[in-house]
Amino acid sequence: MADPAAPQGPVASQALDLWLDEVGGWLGDWGDTAWEERILAAAAHNLNEFGYDPFGMSPAFIRKVIPLVRFLYRVYFRVETRGTREIPQGRVMFVGNHGGQIPIDGLLVATAMALEADPPRIVRSMVERWVPTLPFVSLFMARCGQVLGDPANSRHLLDQEEAILVFPEGVRGISKTWRERYRLQEFGSGFLRLALETRTPIVPVAILGLEEAVPALTRSRTLARVLGAPSFPITPTFPWLLPLGLLPYPVKVRIVFGEPLRFRGDPDEEDEIVDRKAAQVRDTIQAMLDEARARRGGPWDR
Amino acid sequence: MRPGPAAAAPGTGEPVARIVITGISGRLGRLLAQRLHQDHEILGLDRRGMVRKPRDIEVFAYDIRRKKCEGVFRNRRVDVLVHLNIMHDFRRPQHELHSWNVIGTQRLLDYAARYDVGKVVFLSTANVYGARPDNPQFLAEDSPLMGGERFSEMGSLVAVDMLLSTFFWRRPDLETVVLRPAHIVGSVRNGPSLYLSMPVIPTVMGFDPVLQIVHEEDVVEALALAANAPVRGVFNVAGAGALPLSVLIRTLGRRSLPLPYPVLKALLTRAWEMGVTEMPAPELDFLRYPCLVDDRRARAELGYRPRRSLRETLDLIRSGDPYAERLSRHPDGR
Repeated sequence: MADPAAPQGPVASQALDLWLDEVGGWLGDWGDTAWEERILAAAAHNLNEFGYDPFGMSPAFIRKVIPLVRFLYRVYFRVETRGTREIPQGRVMFVGNHGGQIPIDGLLVATAMALEADPPRIVRSMVERWVPTLPFVSLFMARCGQVLGDPANSRHLLDQEEAILVFPEGVRGISKTWRERYRLQEFGSGFLRLALETRTPIVPVAILGLEEAVPALTRSRTLARVLGAPSFPITPTFPWLLPLGLLPYPVKVRIVFGEPLRFRGDPDEEDEIVDRKAAQVRDTIQAMLDEARARRGGPWDR
Repeated sequence: MRPGPAAAAPGTGEPVARIVITGISGRLGRLLAQRLHQDHEILGLDRRGMVRKPRDIEVFAYDIRRKKCEGVFRNRRVDVLVHLNIMHDFRRPQHELHSWNVIGTQRLLDYAARYDVGKVVFLSTANVYGARPDNPQFLAEDSPLMGGERFSEMGSLVAVDMLLSTFFWRRPDLETVVLRPAHIVGSVRNGPSLYLSMPVIPTVMGFDPVLQIVHEEDVVEALALAANAPVRGVFNVAGAGALPLSVLIRTLGRRSLPLPYPVLKALLTRAWEMGVTEMPAPELDFLRYPCLVDDRRARAELGYRPRRSLRETLDLIRSGDPYAERLSRHPDGR
């Protein structure tokens, strides 16, 4: 097995790589290299002799991304995280509320688990089916360990005792408008069947703040169809400032990890029974969200 | 394995099987014949004939579509048919690809059914699944065959694979085995080998898919296992692992040239029309999206294990120049 920390030349497309080096150099390494080593150690299992895992994740690439995500996490969004202590070892499924138009919630949860959990965990988010068609974005996601949200992929990762992150609301959740903010949309039941089948504990995650970071006033179905995107939000700044308008506003983000929920039962049970369990997860997250929302002053706290 | 004809292998006293290998003068056919001819009686069926063949192998230079082939099955009691003679050259006219691959295979299957051949082994390809953005990272054998969806040239290969599946269900008394290997590399002359032997390798900017490569000798090993073991069904065959295209190119010591997809597609479409490339533009999907296979079934039921690591496989491609070797081996230009 290769030393994941060894320099390996360009680990992804060269442009992306150079850009990351530049940004990383500018942000500095914050003198936190010991923790960085622990993160890389968490990513080091199951690598081939070239330093990649079967899904194309590269610890060498993750090392380059750490300064950037740490900046986003600590400085830009000033993320406050609770509940990282109770997270079970081994296979685990994080289930979160989706929101904020761009999938930055997945990134922040993954960063929280890398920076705050002890030992750090590499979280593999299950991404939308649209993402793999996007140049650079798909590459960036894959090298960081993000995986297409297909049940076969989730099963494969859980069998290897990995931590995965799912948003059962899917596009319905991330594309919510301002009026619907923090109201969880309907949950699919696939995640719960998978948890039953693989006997995986579910950790509910409430993510607060991102709905204000990219507030969608409305969404345009026509433009979404033209662009082949799952959704096309209209925000105070998007599309007026072009892609730059999608830059999230620097709100304060709070992430709460709840106590693990362990379900037992037959994964091939009737929809009704599985849906009830899925609703239980949904209600737990909604309650966590409501509680966290009541506790915070406002989205613009320092 | 079914006991073969009464003849015994010289020296061992074990019964031998009579195996027909179609496409025996291709690189894989040749290697497979070498692998099996010590233990079994090998008959070859190849329109190209076979130069420099081992003395104990009899080769019939017949077109698989011709009626003459039937005689081989009628007059000899064939135990195993290994069908390798598939045309992958997408530059051939569509109707020729179809008649060779689909009709030729159908005829062979008819003979197998009629003359009591106990086993049919067919070498398909993992490309029949198609490279698609919503593919799971590892495709199981029961995944839909979407390879022909955007890529009509691929259609005949998908059709043949399905023909074999139908045969598998229709004739439960026969051991039908379909192998779907990932990209075969080595000295074979195929798309991946030609692509990787380019001096500067064009890639799609912003994409770097994870690929599986499998060395030709590992494919031959899987074929031999399939011919010998009492198994039936479809088996994916992957090599020792998967790695991103950029790493593959870099390890081979070559340079890549990333171009935006629309530019690359336009160039390739032009090149295809001018007849200077063997890669149709829809194949670019293999440079963007995953098409990897889950080979757990082959490992569990066939006992298949790739003998070469990724690094060794790459070293082998790097050291041998497949192009020069190919010319020296096939004086007839095929």
